Amino acid sequence: MSDPNSNNGALVQVTGVEKIFHRGSEDIHVLSNMNLRVPAGEFLALMGPSGSGKSTLLNLIGGLDRPTKGTVEVAGERLDTLSDRQLAAWRARHIGFVFQLYNLMPVLTAERNVELPLLLTHLTKAERRKHVETALAMVGLSHRAKHYPRTMSGGEQQRVGIARGIVTDPTLLLCDEPTGDLDRKAGDEILNLLQALNREQGKTIIMVTHDPHASARAARTVHLDKGQLTSGEGK
Amino acid sequence: MKFFHLIWGNLTRHKLRTSLTLLSILVAFVLFGFLCAIKQALVGGVELAGVDRLIVRHRVSLIQLLPEAYQARMERIPGVGSAAHQTWFGGIYQDPKNFFMQCPVVPQEFMAMFPEFILPPEQMKAWLATRTGAIVGRKTAERFHWKIGDKVPITSPIWLRKTWEFDIVGIFDGAKKGTDTTSLFFRYDYFDETRKSQNWGTGQVGWYTIRVKDPAQAADVARRVDEEFANSPAETKTEPEGAFAQGFANQIGNIAFIVAGILGAVFFTILLVTGSTMSQAVRERIGELGVLKAIGFTNGQVLSLVLAESCLLTMLGGVLGLALAWVMTSRGDPTGGMLPMFFFPVRDVLVGLGLSIALGLITGILPAQQAMRLRVADALRRM
Repeated sequence: MSDPNSNNGALVQVTGVEKIFHRGSEDIHVLSNMNLRVPAGEFLALMGPSGSGKSTLLNLIGGLDRPTKGTVEVAGERLDTLSDRQLAAWRARHIGFVFQLYNLMPVLTAERNVELPLLLTHLTKAERRKHVETALAMVGLSHRAKHYPRTMSGGEQQRVGIARGIVTDPTLLLCDEPTGDLDRKAGDEILNLLQALNREQGKTIIMVTHDPHASARAARTVHLDKGQLTSGEGK
Repeated sequence: MKFFHLIWGNLTRHKLRTSLTLLSILVAFVLFGFLCAIKQALVGGVELAGVDRLIVRHRVSLIQLLPEAYQARMERIPGVGSAAHQTWFGGIYQDPKNFFMQCPVVPQEFMAMFPEFILPPEQMKAWLATRTGAIVGRKTAERFHWKIGDKVPITSPIWLRKTWEFDIVGIFDGAKKGTDTTSLFFRYDYFDETRKSQNWGTGQVGWYTIRVKDPAQAADVARRVDEEFANSPAETKTEPEGAFAQGFANQIGNIAFIVAGILGAVFFTILLVTGSTMSQAVRERIGELGVLKAIGFTNGQVLSLVLAESCLLTMLGGVLGLALAWVMTSRGDPTGGMLPMFFFPVRDVLVGLGLSIALGLITGILPAQQAMRLRVADALRRM
């Protein structure tokens, strides 16, 4: 594995990225000449209106999509050089995702949901259980381990989502509107949790949001509009 | 196995839909079991036929008789080891529905020719000592609650049109599971002397079974036998015992083709039902599949998960259906005697298991490929 700090301490280095979607004969430029650098241990908020390209940028950083042009380097790895299979393995090792709608498996209990990423590792059942217990304890949901998502509040489900995102101790936690579906109180709890993960565990977090209240919790905020950075990072 | 709870959870997500699909698969496999048992009953004799035995019958038809004197001539033909004859008695016990085969035979010759019938030595001795003695197969003995020492009246519409009385002196078993133990055999000398008063058929028998010394020479021996009796009033047709049994089965039709046709239609329907269930299941959780891919599941792993789910569904239905068919067919011939070799062979149970896995793979492959090809970012938008 490459040294995460090889890029002058940047964990994420986005360079000259363009992303074009093709809809019929029409080309839609979602990101244009995007440059972004995220140092290890930073809590970064990506803000912007709907359609500004922030989720697309997050997908590119998380290896869920590939740029039309330019390079995305995370933890010293050029993502465009990896095959789909390598990219999947890389995501399992380095990335934790937190989604707006929690995206939990409704047929699995909280602990089984959290265990999912660990099924891709070589850990034993006992080791997996220990990791799951730790992750659920970190988000304050040990007592809800055996509960199914449908019996939990939105805030609790999102905390399970965060536990799933951090259970493998990923290099980078990517959060796509993590408070977008929650009320203010539950949203604050989630933001507190993310802040604690960043400050106490040193977790690097990139959070997409359009809520200024949420972005205020981040150490740095960059703004996107029409596929370009408008503030917070040099173009 | 660590993915089992995920596969099981997905399978039980829509309990009613899964139960109905499971039920349709189960019914298909019960039908499969029954049809296999019927096929076994109709053509099983072909499989159990001795490779070294030939059947010699009248060239015109089986109901035409052959002279008893042919036996000695046959045994002189090079390649023939021994010969034994049987004759169709066609008797009725109490009611025509109580069908089972009865034949007069020469006991020692017959038992030597058919070692698959197991008769205790003391019962064989009793048979040889009792002119009106008869031995009966275990199935028929149990069916009519006959025991040794019973007198059994059987009315023959062919021979004398009278009621014949036989003393049950032995009950034979089969050496193999499929051996027919529904027949009754009685002494030819008693039969031949009694029918003299009819003034027809005396000294004539129904057909011969001959044992060849070398099975590889069976075709040559058959040709020699037919040549021996060519241009005589009773020309013969000699064929392997298996072909003879197949000829009987073919009177109903091409059993294998009929069974394959019915099963083909049933399984094609099940293919559509299960395929539709799996397609729907995948369509409903495209977002969830996207999440799995996002957290690191490879395309191959997603494909395997969907395939495992469809295989689990069809195997569950298949195993339950096969087990039920096994239980139902193990009670024996449901017709009360028309299908004496009615049972669900282990070989067909294994074929059924293979079929259930194949069904799972075929019905799962398209939805699984659809799941595999999903682009993560697109799938997540459909959560």
